[in-house]
Amino acid sequence: MAQLLQHLINGLAAGTIYALVALGYTMVYGVLKLINFAHGDVMMVGVYMGYATAFALGREMRSSLVGVAIVFAVAMLGCALLGFIIERFAYRPLREKPRLTALITAIGISFALSYGFQLDIGFLPGAAPRAFPEVIAPVEWLVIGDRDVVVWNWQVISFGIAVALMVGLQYLVFRTRFGRAMRAVSWDHRVAALMGIPTDRVIALTFMLSSALAAGAGLLYAIKDTSVSPLMGLYVGLKAFVAAVIGGIGHVPGAVVGGLVLGLVEEFVVGYAASTWRDAVAFGFLILVLLVKPGGLFGRVAAEKV
Amino acid sequence: METPAIPAPEARSVVPPSLRGVLPLVVALPVLALFQWVLSDAPFATYLLSVVGVNIILAVSLNIVNGMTGQFSIGHAGFMAVGAYISGVMSLSLKDIALSFLPVAASDQVLFVLALLVGGVAAALCGFLVGLPSLRLRGDYLAIVTLGFGEIIRVVVQNTDAFGRALGLSGIPQSSTPAMVYFWVFLTVLVARRITGSSHGRSLWAIREDEVAAEAMGVDTTGYKVRSFVISSFFAGIAGGLFAHFVPIINPGSFTFVKSMEIVVMVVLGGLGSTTGAIVAATFLTLLPEGLRSLFAVLGAEGSLAQKVDQIRMPVYGLLLVVLMLARPQGLFGTKELWDVLPRWIPRKRRGLA
Repeated sequence: MAQLLQHLINGLAAGTIYALVALGYTMVYGVLKLINFAHGDVMMVGVYMGYATAFALGREMRSSLVGVAIVFAVAMLGCALLGFIIERFAYRPLREKPRLTALITAIGISFALSYGFQLDIGFLPGAAPRAFPEVIAPVEWLVIGDRDVVVWNWQVISFGIAVALMVGLQYLVFRTRFGRAMRAVSWDHRVAALMGIPTDRVIALTFMLSSALAAGAGLLYAIKDTSVSPLMGLYVGLKAFVAAVIGGIGHVPGAVVGGLVLGLVEEFVVGYAASTWRDAVAFGFLILVLLVKPGGLFGRVAAEKV
Repeated sequence: METPAIPAPEARSVVPPSLRGVLPLVVALPVLALFQWVLSDAPFATYLLSVVGVNIILAVSLNIVNGMTGQFSIGHAGFMAVGAYISGVMSLSLKDIALSFLPVAASDQVLFVLALLVGGVAAALCGFLVGLPSLRLRGDYLAIVTLGFGEIIRVVVQNTDAFGRALGLSGIPQSSTPAMVYFWVFLTVLVARRITGSSHGRSLWAIREDEVAAEAMGVDTTGYKVRSFVISSFFAGIAGGLFAHFVPIINPGSFTFVKSMEIVVMVVLGGLGSTTGAIVAATFLTLLPEGLRSLFAVLGAEGSLAQKVDQIRMPVYGLLLVVLMLARPQGLFGTKELWDVLPRWIPRKRRGLA
């Protein structure tokens, strides 16, 4: 029973990180109908930014509350900029082209980032994973029984941040002018433009927002894993994508539920079956979901308009 | 591409039209045999030639799905892995068996072809299993599912004792010869070309251009998509089998996402939908790193730079995709074939309707 509870907690903590990354996929898909393949790699770049900042701050500074805030702020702002650049120079010129070209571009960017960061030329970090500095020192928040169940502080923090961001995002999308503009662009960006909505700006802002979210999620992941590597973006990104599809892509609460479900399923497979199968779980689950409920748990399969 | 209309009486030859596509093989096989004989003292050249051949098979077969049908599969290495492992395991278990009614060399080759076919069929089966659920959905889901499939294959291999887990399989008989590789290259190209010209190919083309319209015209879109997927993964399996029989060891590291991306880059560079484009791009992209490596080795003999070629290749592929999509989304040849692009050195005889 205690074991079950522990797995439940670990799974939820891992799931919240997937959920945060999945939110980025869902938002971009919502406005552009594009699977932003490079999302996970933008996240990876953000983690490296945080890594560099944490080192620049020094041991004393980075574990203080201000230091943590600076690390997160630098990574999130840097990623927002990166997201803006990618959107402006790679996706925007292709917006009216067939969707396949944008998808190929996204795959290309993902590949260039994840393998470019494996070079050890100039400032690039090289392929070897590096230990992520202890930004948030792990503290046992709650211990039940004889260490049967342990809740770590970062688990609670990432869960809290994820829930807060989800609520914030839901508010942003459904209660603000910007959110209304986003929904309009998502519905039909040509008509939205005719109604005076600056579609380019809305799309760019959406990209920046989703990239910043990814950076935050990536940092939480790096703190949990205590390591950072150029390929982390590919794997975390893919799993987050699976989470977004499970929840129904384009659906904000769906992404969160999908992330939590995926985190739990993975944790249970690792806990009760074998940890070596972990990476296959997400994709097996994806194929299963697509087979049974192609629109995801919350999504609808929209008939294609001609 | 000109589809020959009803041949004029004088164009009639002794070979029935359905077999005319096989004619190049009659010319090519002796040349290849000669090649193999000449190269028998140059193991590296033989190896390189085989790698080029395998990559051509992979690119041309992927082009059936990504180019002709307009779907986007990025898990081709997964099917290659299925073919490689299944045929590899089969060859390993048949190692000591020889068909008594055949000479040893011939019996080896017969068993090898058998293993290849089994590997190909296994890959095709996987293609069917993956394709069936995902092809009912839109293209971008397919991309993810194929990618996920590749990962699942990798994890399964890493967890199966029969496949040697992470260490891989070694000691597979080295039965692959350039002649065998290029026989399959030929077969793949033949099938791809025959598909393009057939009504089957027209349906694929229609799906590529507009799936909704194709369906409205009565094209069984799901059926055609799954079929093209099965054909494509069959040949990927064959390519994997060929590969497994000339490299000293196969391990899960040979069939990662990187390999899939390499094939995708070949197809996109050559032009989605162009068979000869895929051939040219596969040859070029396989030989380019080797060429650069030997160039650096000759120039400065600076080991580090020559080693970096392999490292730099991957990010360059990524950037190449982005630049291609921005500047020339149709690739080098678009949907045309080599002979449509090259200047006509020899004016072609006009045929068919005057």
